[in-house]
Amino acid sequence: MDSVRSDTAPVPQALKILVAGGFGAGKTTLVGAVSEIAPLRTEEVLTTAGVGTDDTTGVATKTTTTVAMDFGRITINPSLVLYLFGTPGQNRFWFLWDELATGALGAVVLADTRRLADSFAAIDYFEQRNTPFVIAVNCFDNDQRYTAEQVREALDVDGHVPVLLTDARDRMSVKNVLITLVEHVLTMVRSSVPA
Amino acid sequence: MSTDPLDGVEEGPAWWDHEAGPVVRPYMVTGGRVRPTTVDFDLITYLVATATLAADTPSPEHQAILALTQEPRAVAEVASRVDLPLGVVRVLLCDLLSDGLIARYDPPPTDHLPNVETLQAVIHGLRAL
Repeated sequence: MDSVRSDTAPVPQALKILVAGGFGAGKTTLVGAVSEIAPLRTEEVLTTAGVGTDDTTGVATKTTTTVAMDFGRITINPSLVLYLFGTPGQNRFWFLWDELATGALGAVVLADTRRLADSFAAIDYFEQRNTPFVIAVNCFDNDQRYTAEQVREALDVDGHVPVLLTDARDRMSVKNVLITLVEHVLTMVRSSVPA
Repeated sequence: MSTDPLDGVEEGPAWWDHEAGPVVRPYMVTGGRVRPTTVDFDLITYLVATATLAADTPSPEHQAILALTQEPRAVAEVASRVDLPLGVVRVLLCDLLSDGLIARYDPPPTDHLPNVETLQAVIHGLRAL
């Protein structure tokens, strides 16, 4: 089937940014803080037969699982729209991540210092895919127990990956996270393309 | 013990609400088809209806998608607003596409990051928020 993309397309160019992190890290909150629409939810229905960690042995009837992804939208200008997708938190839905990550501009890994290990999987995933990402440490209730540098050390990420403290509820703070990410992508694009 | 089968029914929340799940299995609306017939739709593929509602539009779900895409909308948005799972919406979109009722506009190729100008425009737009 024909697909079209040209300068005269009557639709804006869409870009997507992923927001990853463990369950309860504040992904939807972050999306909602900057989205021009209340976060919307899309769902994918899976049969348990397609999910590796669910043992259906001896189960007579297949059941279905619903995986939800919340997303928001930011209109940059009439010809450019940014979509923010919260990734499903559970690791067993990696295959949905593949679809999300394909063509993504970059990702925000939202880390919760109380459960730092929850963000390891997302960091590994984006490192392996060479998807540009930043780590945003969500400081719940101004609980800044750690500095960005301490978190960087604990997560053992490359020095070029930006790590910043954020408040996922705060629009300015989240804006800053997104700007940091896109600047990071810009740096990568510039260094990979000869001037 | 009470013998009235309706005893206690009002104590809990109604079991037929949204929490109970759909009354109709999700892929009923696609006639049991689970795979789109053509290449897949990205979540941010834009869709625009190329026709207004026709009397012979296949189903209420197809009609709902056509109504929504009278203005350009991304696949994820369409799925969310018609409140159907993505997989179901993709099958319905293929129907509309093959009937010539809808146009699709794909995001740029996935193996390229956006160019410098686009990235600068995004940064500029975010700063202005």
